[in-house]
Amino acid sequence: MSDTTQSGPVLAADGTPLKRSLARALRMQKIRALMLVAPLLLFVLITFILPIGDMLFRSVENQIVSDTLPRTVVALREWDANSGEAPDEAVYAALAEDLKIAAAAKLHTRVGSRLNYEKPGISSMFRKAGRKVKKWDVENGGPFKEQFIAIHEGWGDPDAWRTIQTYSPNFTNGYFLNAADLQKGAEGAEWRPEDEQIYWVLFKRTMFMSMVITISCIILAYPVAWILANLPARSANMLMILVLLPFWTSLLVRTSAWKVMLQQQGVINETLVWLGLVADESRLVMINNQFGTIVAMTHILLPFMILPMYSVMQTIQPTYLRAAKSLGATNWTAFWRVYFPQSVPGIGAGSILVFILSIGYYITPELVGGTKGVFISNRIAFHISSSLNWGLAAALGAILLAVVLVLYWAYDKIVGIDNVKLG
Amino acid sequence: MADVSNGDAFVEFERVQKSYDGENLVVKDLNLSMPKGEFLTMLGPSGSGKTTCLMMLAGFETATHGDIRLGGTSINNIPPHKRGIGMVFQNYALFPHMTIAENLSFPLEVRKMGKSDREAKVMRALDMVEMGAFGGRRPAQLSGGQQQRIALARALVFEPELVLMDEPLGALDKQLREKMQFEITHLAHRLGITVVYVTHDQTEALTMSDRVAVFDDGRIQQLAPPDKLYEEPQNSFVAQFIGENNTLEGVVKEISNGVALVQLDDGGLIDAKPINVSKAGERTRVSIRPERVEYNKDRMPEGAHTLKAEVLEFIYMGDIFRTRLRVAGKDDFFVKTRNAPDQVRLKPGQEIEIGWLAEDCRALDA
Ligand SMILES: Nc1ncnc2c1ncn2[C@@H]1O[C@H](COP(=O)(O)OP(=O)(O)OP(=O)(O)O)[C@@H](O)[C@H]1O
Ligand SMILES: [Mg+2]
Repeated sequence: MSDTTQSGPVLAADGTPLKRSLARALRMQKIRALMLVAPLLLFVLITFILPIGDMLFRSVENQIVSDTLPRTVVALREWDANSGEAPDEAVYAALAEDLKIAAAAKLHTRVGSRLNYEKPGISSMFRKAGRKVKKWDVENGGPFKEQFIAIHEGWGDPDAWRTIQTYSPNFTNGYFLNAADLQKGAEGAEWRPEDEQIYWVLFKRTMFMSMVITISCIILAYPVAWILANLPARSANMLMILVLLPFWTSLLVRTSAWKVMLQQQGVINETLVWLGLVADESRLVMINNQFGTIVAMTHILLPFMILPMYSVMQTIQPTYLRAAKSLGATNWTAFWRVYFPQSVPGIGAGSILVFILSIGYYITPELVGGTKGVFISNRIAFHISSSLNWGLAAALGAILLAVVLVLYWAYDKIVGIDNVKLG
Repeated sequence: MADVSNGDAFVEFERVQKSYDGENLVVKDLNLSMPKGEFLTMLGPSGSGKTTCLMMLAGFETATHGDIRLGGTSINNIPPHKRGIGMVFQNYALFPHMTIAENLSFPLEVRKMGKSDREAKVMRALDMVEMGAFGGRRPAQLSGGQQQRIALARALVFEPELVLMDEPLGALDKQLREKMQFEITHLAHRLGITVVYVTHDQTEALTMSDRVAVFDDGRIQQLAPPDKLYEEPQNSFVAQFIGENNTLEGVVKEISNGVALVQLDDGGLIDAKPINVSKAGERTRVSIRPERVEYNKDRMPEGAHTLKAEVLEFIYMGDIFRTRLRVAGKDDFFVKTRNAPDQVRLKPGQEIEIGWLAEDCRALDA
C-alpha cells in the first residue's frame, strides 16, 4: 500500500502522477468513442451542416457585381446617388471596359439578372449593351456615355445606377429585405408597394395553417393514441398497422387521392348532391384552397402526432385512473386531472413534430393548395427552380429556420423541452 | 370473531363468482363476512384470485354472479368513485405530476371541500405517517418506504371506513417491511378502520391480521385467526402453505376415541387427529409441524407410536437447531428444536426414534 500521508500528488503504481495516468486512460477512451461516431459526424456535416451553412451564406452573398464589374464599382464610389444626375464619363468608360470582358465570357447577363431582382428592367439593359460593347474599341472609342444611353435609355437613369451602386458591396442584406417585403429606398429600408407585398402574407398564412393543421392533428390523434395504448397488445398491433399504412403509400398518391375526394366532381360532392344536401349548381369548393391543404396535410401528418402520443400514453399505467376513481373522482375528473396532464409530453412532442414538418411542407400545398393555399416553401421552391433567385430563396429559408428556432425556444420556456418524450 | 352473524357484518361477499373470459372461473363461490374494524388478510399463491376479489370490492371489476354488500347494502351497481373505499395499490399509484400535498388533497378536492379544511386535513394526514416535511416534493423524489406511507396517507385522508391494500409492502426490503407492517396495523387499530389486506407473505399475514383468508384455486380454503390457521389447518393445502410442515402419506387403519391410527406407505404406524378422514380405509396425508416432533425418549407421550428415523443433517441456527431426517423413505423431514442447555445435538448418521402427541399430527385430505 502506498503511503497516504505523503505530500505531493498521488502516484500510480508505475510512479507517474495518478492524475496524468488517469487522463491518459480517459483520452484513449475518448478517441475510441470519437472514432466510432466519426462516420456519423461526417455524414451530418456533409448532408446537414454544410448545406445549411451554404444557404445562410448565399442569403447575404453578393460578389457577382463586384467580380464582374470591378472597375465600374470603383469608379461609382465617387458618385452621389442623390444628385439626381447620371454619373460622369469615367464611370461609363469603366463600364465599357468591364462589359467587354464580361460579354466575352458571357457573364454580363448574369449580373443583369441579379440586378433585375432588385430593379426590374436592368437585365435588358445589360443584354443589349453586352451585345454592342463586344464590337467597341474600349481604349479610344469614347466618350461612352451617349453611346450607352443610345443603346438603352435606362443607362441614363440615376435610379438604375443607384441600384448598381447599392449592390456593389460583397455582402448585402437585400435578399432579407426582399424576403420581408422591404426594399432599399433613398432613406434606407422602406416597404414595397402594397401590390408587391407577398412574403409577409405567405409567412402569416404558413404559420396560421400550420397551427390549424397541428390542432386538427391533436384533436384527431388523441383518441386514436388512447385506444392504441389501452387495447390488448394484439389488437393494438393491428390498429398500429392501420396508423402506419399511410407511410407505405406514396405521398403523391395520397395527395392525389384527396383531389379525387374533394374536387367539385369528386366523391364527397357527388355524394352530397345525390343525398340532396347540396344543390348541383352550388357544389362545395374544397380543393385548391386552404381547406383542401389543411385536410390533406392533417391526414398526411397524423401519424407523426399519433406515434409520440401513443408512446407516452403507453407508459401511463391504468392504475392511476383507478387510484383517482377510488379517491372519489368521476371518470371525467380522473381523466382531466390525472391522465391528461401525464399525456401532455406526448402532445408537446407531436405538436413540435407536426408544426415544424408542416411549415416546411411543399408537395401537398403545391398539389391541392391552389393560389390561396400555398405555403412559403412553395415560393422558395419557385425561386430555386424557376426564377433562379437562390439568394432570395436562401433568405426565405433562413427566416423560416429562425422562426422554427424561436418557436422551439419559446416552447422550451413555456413547457420545457425535458417534458417532450418521443418514446 | 370467526362466526360473524350477518346482522353486524360490514363487508359481505355472498356466493360471488368471477370469470374474465367466460370459460374459467377465477373466483368460484366466495363467501365472506367481516365485522367493522376487522383487519382481514387475503393470503394465497399467485393467480389465486386475491386481487380480483379486491377489485370487485373496489368496483373496478364486476362480479359475474353473487352479491357484494357494504354496510348492509348491495354495491354491485355503485360506481367505484361513489363507494368511498380507500385503496392502496401495489405500486402506490401516486400521481407523478402532483406534489405530495396535491396528491393528498386530491380526494378532498373532488369532494368539494374548502381550501382551509383541505390544508388542515392534508397536514394531519402527513403528520400521521410522519411525513409532515415532505408536502412540497414530487413522488419521484421519495424513497420506496416514504412513497408507501404517502399512499397510505392518501387512502386514509378522506376518512373511509374501509381500506383495501393490495400487496402494499411488496417492493420494500425486509427491515422496512417489518416497520411498515407494525405502523399499518397500529394505525388501522387506532383509527378503527376496516382493512382488507392482500399479501403473498405469510409472516406478514400472520403478524398483522385479526383473521386470514387463505385463497387457492378461486376459493377460500380456510378463514381463521392466525393461531388457529397455523395450529389447526383444515386441509393439506393450508397446512403446506402456512409455515413449515412435514407430510407423510398413508391409509387410515382405524379411528377410535378421536385418534386415527394411520399406516404409512412403508408400513410404519402413527397416531393422528382425524380432520378430513371419517372411516378406516381412506387415504390420508398427515401433517406435523417440525417443532412438535419429539425425539427425546423421556419427553415422549406414553404409549405413543414411534417411527424410526435416520439423521441426515444437523443445522445450527443459533436460537434453534434444524435437523433433517429420513423418515418412512422420505428425506425431507425436518425437526426444529430450541437451543436449550439440556438439548441433545444429533449427529448425521445417528438412528433415532421420533414421536408426537396425537393431536399435533393432523390427518388431512390426501
Ligand atoms: N384482466 C384480466 N383478464 C383476464 N384474466 C385475468 C385478468 N386479471 C386477472 N386475470 C386472471 O385471473 C386469475 C387471478 O388473478 P389475480 O390477479 O386475482 O391473482 P392474485 O391472487 O392477485 O395473484 P398475485 O398474487 O400474483 O397478484 C389469474 O389467473 C389471472 O391470470
Ligand atoms: Mg394480485
